[in-house]
Amino acid sequence: MSSAKLDLHQSYFQLFDMPQTFALDGTALEQRYRALQMTVHPDKSAHLPNAEQRVAMQQATFVNEGYQTLRSTLRRARYILRLNDVDTQEETNTAMPMDFLVEQMEWREAVVEAQQSRDVDALTELETRMHAETAALEAQLADKIDTEKNYVGAALMVRKLRFMEKLAEEIHAAYDAIDY
Amino acid sequence: MALLQISEPGMSTAPHQHRLAVGIDLGTTNSLVATVRNGISTVLNDEQGRSMLPSVVRYVDEQNILVGEAAQRTQSEDPINTISSVKRFMGRGLADIGDTSRFPYRFLDQAGQVQLRTVAGTKSPVEVSAEILKVLRARAEASLGGELVGAVITVPAYFDDAQRQATKDAARLAGLNVLRLLNEPTAAAIAYGLDNASEGVYAVYDLGGGTFDISILRLSRGVFEVLATNGDSALGGDDFDQRIFCWLLEQNELSALPASDIRLLLTHARTAKEQLTEHSEARITAMLSTGEVIDNVLSQTAFHEMSNNLVQRTIQPLRRALRDAGLKVTDVNGVVMVGGATRMPQVQRAVGEFFGQTPLTNLDPDKVVALGAAIQANLLAGNRGEDDWLLLDVIPLSLGLETMGGLAEKLIPRNSTIPTARAQEFTTYKDGQTAMSIHVVQGERELVADCRSLAKFELRGIPAMVAGAARIRVTFQVDADGLLSVAAREMGSGVEANIEVKPSYGLNDAEITRMLQESGQYAKEDMQARALREQQTEAQQLVEAVHNALAADGELLSADARTQILKHIEALQLSLTQSDTQVLKRAITALNDATVRFAQARMDKSVAHALSGKNISDLEVK
Repeated sequence: MSSAKLDLHQSYFQLFDMPQTFALDGTALEQRYRALQMTVHPDKSAHLPNAEQRVAMQQATFVNEGYQTLRSTLRRARYILRLNDVDTQEETNTAMPMDFLVEQMEWREAVVEAQQSRDVDALTELETRMHAETAALEAQLADKIDTEKNYVGAALMVRKLRFMEKLAEEIHAAYDAIDY
Repeated sequence: MALLQISEPGMSTAPHQHRLAVGIDLGTTNSLVATVRNGISTVLNDEQGRSMLPSVVRYVDEQNILVGEAAQRTQSEDPINTISSVKRFMGRGLADIGDTSRFPYRFLDQAGQVQLRTVAGTKSPVEVSAEILKVLRARAEASLGGELVGAVITVPAYFDDAQRQATKDAARLAGLNVLRLLNEPTAAAIAYGLDNASEGVYAVYDLGGGTFDISILRLSRGVFEVLATNGDSALGGDDFDQRIFCWLLEQNELSALPASDIRLLLTHARTAKEQLTEHSEARITAMLSTGEVIDNVLSQTAFHEMSNNLVQRTIQPLRRALRDAGLKVTDVNGVVMVGGATRMPQVQRAVGEFFGQTPLTNLDPDKVVALGAAIQANLLAGNRGEDDWLLLDVIPLSLGLETMGGLAEKLIPRNSTIPTARAQEFTTYKDGQTAMSIHVVQGERELVADCRSLAKFELRGIPAMVAGAARIRVTFQVDADGLLSVAAREMGSGVEANIEVKPSYGLNDAEITRMLQESGQYAKEDMQARALREQQTEAQQLVEAVHNALAADGELLSADARTQILKHIEALQLSLTQSDTQVLKRAITALNDATVRFAQARMDKSVAHALSGKNISDLEVK
């Protein structure tokens, strides 16, 4: 397949032909991702000259990157804010509401405790609660971005969700540690 | 080389001309070649009708090389010049191989890759593998009646960059045009999926001669999407033989056997293992070089017992792979068994129990990888059939860079769909720094020392600027073969450095295993080690920053204030010698506090340097 022209400077929303909103039709995204890879993936141009294979690699990389970005709620939110010139300040702004931080400390202690006592049920329960909490934050984030268009407010939600993501990683690591 | 005579792919062949392409399973124990003929994937046999080529190469003398069965048969006669399981040495340094006394070879340590001294001279594992590939290529060309357009070569999903690169080099050396390196479990999934028109989530359990892979894939409307892969690349059928071998030594109170007896007993152990698949016991009789005769009977029960922990070691990676894929055991629609070692009933039972379903074995586990590789080769060569399909694979281990304090900063996480790229900006940490060393690592642990070093290179010619002002953009690109290339560029000046990551040596099997197993186990220890390193780095940078400030604006201080600051520096340097994060933290705070006024004075003087070592030195993560 000769390499179709793909604009590598368009936004990922344009790439997948989707509205630039936080709310997302996951099924449509997946379908378009697959349809795009069907044409740009390097496997489709393995029999063509090197230059075309290189172009295919760039295009497939761009499509993969776009898909990963839009598929993840956190990365999607970050991306929308960036398109609106709002910095999420995840590395610089550490001023989080005190009650949120206290809650995070409690979460982490509970994870460590579950890990040390090798309590898989406790960990699973924590995971369920973490998912619920994350979903609630995501709902607020959707409001901030799609309804209020309050991107600065959304940035705070992103920072909170980053904490939740780290928490998810810790739960993940705790499962691993218990496993062996 | 022959491949240069092949017409440029895609340029001059007639539209309906079938291009000859093959899939090659370059295995630890056996290798196979397959092709698609009349729309059906078929393994190609040799003249004697044998499909499997033992992966054994014997250098008889300077001119003569035996490959396959002939080499295997005479293995114990000439163990030094008969190389088997060479796949274990691909892309490896001597240090990676570990205890070399287990092998009857004469190893030669050389930068890049271990070498083997044979009667025909020094040979690299790449050259030895190329001999196997040459035989398969000749077999294919004889069987298909023409030159090959190209080949898909399979590699364990757990192969790192060095091992993949070495495999590609071996294929090139054998005169093959490599269309793609394909992960073995993925190849098996293609063979299965297209054969059975499957939909849903599949787990491919691949226990080969020397490696274990698990891949979780989603098959949907012609798309094979690898969701996660995991494994244990130091575990395979060979280890089961080893258990029987050790049992034989115990039973007969043997020790320090010559190389030829080791070979002999290993061969018998393997035969016994195969017999125990069908029979409840196996009798092992052999005559050693001393004339001593051994005669033992091994029961299936005893064998299962002695190999139980090997089987259990494959279960842990299954859990990890499922978790990485975000799936539960019940989400898996089917389990495909690949690799000769999955014939063992205890393996099938354990896998069946874990997934709660009977594993699929309707394709020959020895051939399924080659069959799948042939199907992909056919597609890549441009012979498109009616049905169009797509393969989306992932990288098995995270790729990253060394940052301050020996920490690994992950740029591309494991299980990222390839091809993929990632760019990140870093900055200088010293005033006037004109070069930056880039150290590429692979693995899941937090400290560089615990990951595998892939390559080191330097970006030179960065214009001298104050610390933190330069912006160095490092880009990782992983192609569809899973091979990495790295580029670094100073954004202000445009100074650039590129490297095709040809690592000096790859990850050793045991190391990958250890890294993966430990990444979870030692997560906490990592965190503590990381915290300490961070504090140490911060301390060193703070001391340096204060020294610089004293040198530049020391006249702003009274003698007394200066003495105070020097005292705190001394205290901090002392605490650097202890491995206590808290002590270090306090000393840092103390020095920071002691220099607040000084900093104020410098600010007032509008001196450009900021004193807080932290801001200057911290890696800028964008």
